[in-house]
Amino acid sequence: MDWQPAASWDALALRARLLRATRGFFAGLGVLEVQTPLLVATSCPDPNIPGIPVRPSDGRTMYLHTSPEHAMKRLLCAGGPDMYQVCPVFRDGEAGQRHNPEFTMVEWYRHDMDYLDLAAETAALIEVLLDRAIPVDRTTYRDAFLSGAGVDPLTGDEAAVRDACRRAAVEVPASATRDDMLDLLLGTVVAAGLDAQKITVVSDYPVSQAALAQVRPDDPPVAERFEVFLAGMELANGFHELTDPREQRRRFVAEQERCRRSGRPVPPLDERLLAALESGLPDCSGVALGFDRVLMLAAGTGRLSDVLAFPYDRS
Amino acid sequence: MASYSTNEFRSGLKVMLDGDPHVIVENEFVKPGKGQAFNRVKLKNLKTARVIDKTFKSGESIEAADVMDTDMQYLYNDGEFYHFMEPDTFEQYAAETAVVGDAGQWLKEQDICLVTLWNNSPLIVAPPNFVELTITETDPGVRGDTAQGGVKPATLETGAVVRVPLFVEQGDVIKVDTRTGEYVGRARD
Repeated sequence: MDWQPAASWDALALRARLLRATRGFFAGLGVLEVQTPLLVATSCPDPNIPGIPVRPSDGRTMYLHTSPEHAMKRLLCAGGPDMYQVCPVFRDGEAGQRHNPEFTMVEWYRHDMDYLDLAAETAALIEVLLDRAIPVDRTTYRDAFLSGAGVDPLTGDEAAVRDACRRAAVEVPASATRDDMLDLLLGTVVAAGLDAQKITVVSDYPVSQAALAQVRPDDPPVAERFEVFLAGMELANGFHELTDPREQRRRFVAEQERCRRSGRPVPPLDERLLAALESGLPDCSGVALGFDRVLMLAAGTGRLSDVLAFPYDRS
Repeated sequence: MASYSTNEFRSGLKVMLDGDPHVIVENEFVKPGKGQAFNRVKLKNLKTARVIDKTFKSGESIEAADVMDTDMQYLYNDGEFYHFMEPDTFEQYAAETAVVGDAGQWLKEQDICLVTLWNNSPLIVAPPNFVELTITETDPGVRGDTAQGGVKPATLETGAVVRVPLFVEQGDVIKVDTRTGEYVGRARD
């Protein structure tokens, strides 16, 4: 029986030390630690972020949260200060060398902070956790694709994106949409093309991938969203948070429609979040950092299971 | 028809692709933070041994290959087919020479092999990892030569040729590792 832990005691001790360092980092900034439920009434309707349903005996369908975002935004709408949370989150079906269906997320929100300043703060936390100075590069999603895949992700049509996949020898499933192919390119050649020794902040995503970010009406318009990469791996994702409740509802409904079309279960709308947004979300930026991945880098391993006491398959 | 979802993918899984049975050699999960998840998979065609790359959107399903590994006794070769028998049911199966391939040189009548059946006909024949075969032809060696570490070719009863130490003689029964084709030692008896 594989009852033994997958991680070494060194890795588990390192985990404890980095958790302490994370809390120390936020204490130094005066950011409040909060705790919100892991078991929540509805899940993010984005079909790419599938929640795991749970059925208590009271007849309800609950979900293990995919991120604390909705609950923390309700706290912000209720007048909350800058806040952070360290908690396990759950994503159905995400299992691989760098994925585990349950992982630890560090999520925080900063009032009146520009999203690129928050990206810089994220890089600063990563440097604290890895205990060394790391140069930080900035690029846009567009430039990263132009140099990494030779295609313009904002203006290139489906054929141009497909052509870029072919040139990169990335095999594309028959059912892939244009956005699917962009995701595939990002996950393969584009991320691999970034300088592995530097923290790279990639910002300004296509509007089709805005998620919960505000859209800036440039030409073409872009989503005020960023991701942070190091060693060819995505470590964090952040937004200049969308505050408009009507636009938020429109996006949720569109995502529910995508769930329906792809035959996935459709989680109900998070009416409590929408009501909170109606009462007003202050201007803020927020980010989520994959804690276990940072721990992987700190431990010098390429496998997530090396830093988890009991990964999914032996939980 | 049974099928596998991408979250069941693992190496060794046997699936149907473009009408041929394949085995998954490698499975990589790729997912940009908030984007579509994919499984990038290397698959080997069990008929042609060709390895291909294929990408699946996570959540997609693929038909399982109706493939079964069964221990069978090798009976005889009639020049066109190799004949095998399942020891429990006495059911017999004929495998074409092309299916048996290099395994044929290790097959001795009565030996138990691992036969992979697809749609109830043999797809792959794997000889036992170790076989004991009689040397039918080799140059006479000199006893006491073991320290020299010299080797010579020897032809076995099944037609295979292996390199053996000089002291081994015609008529000896030797043990061979079929995975490497190397001489392991003389059989005890």
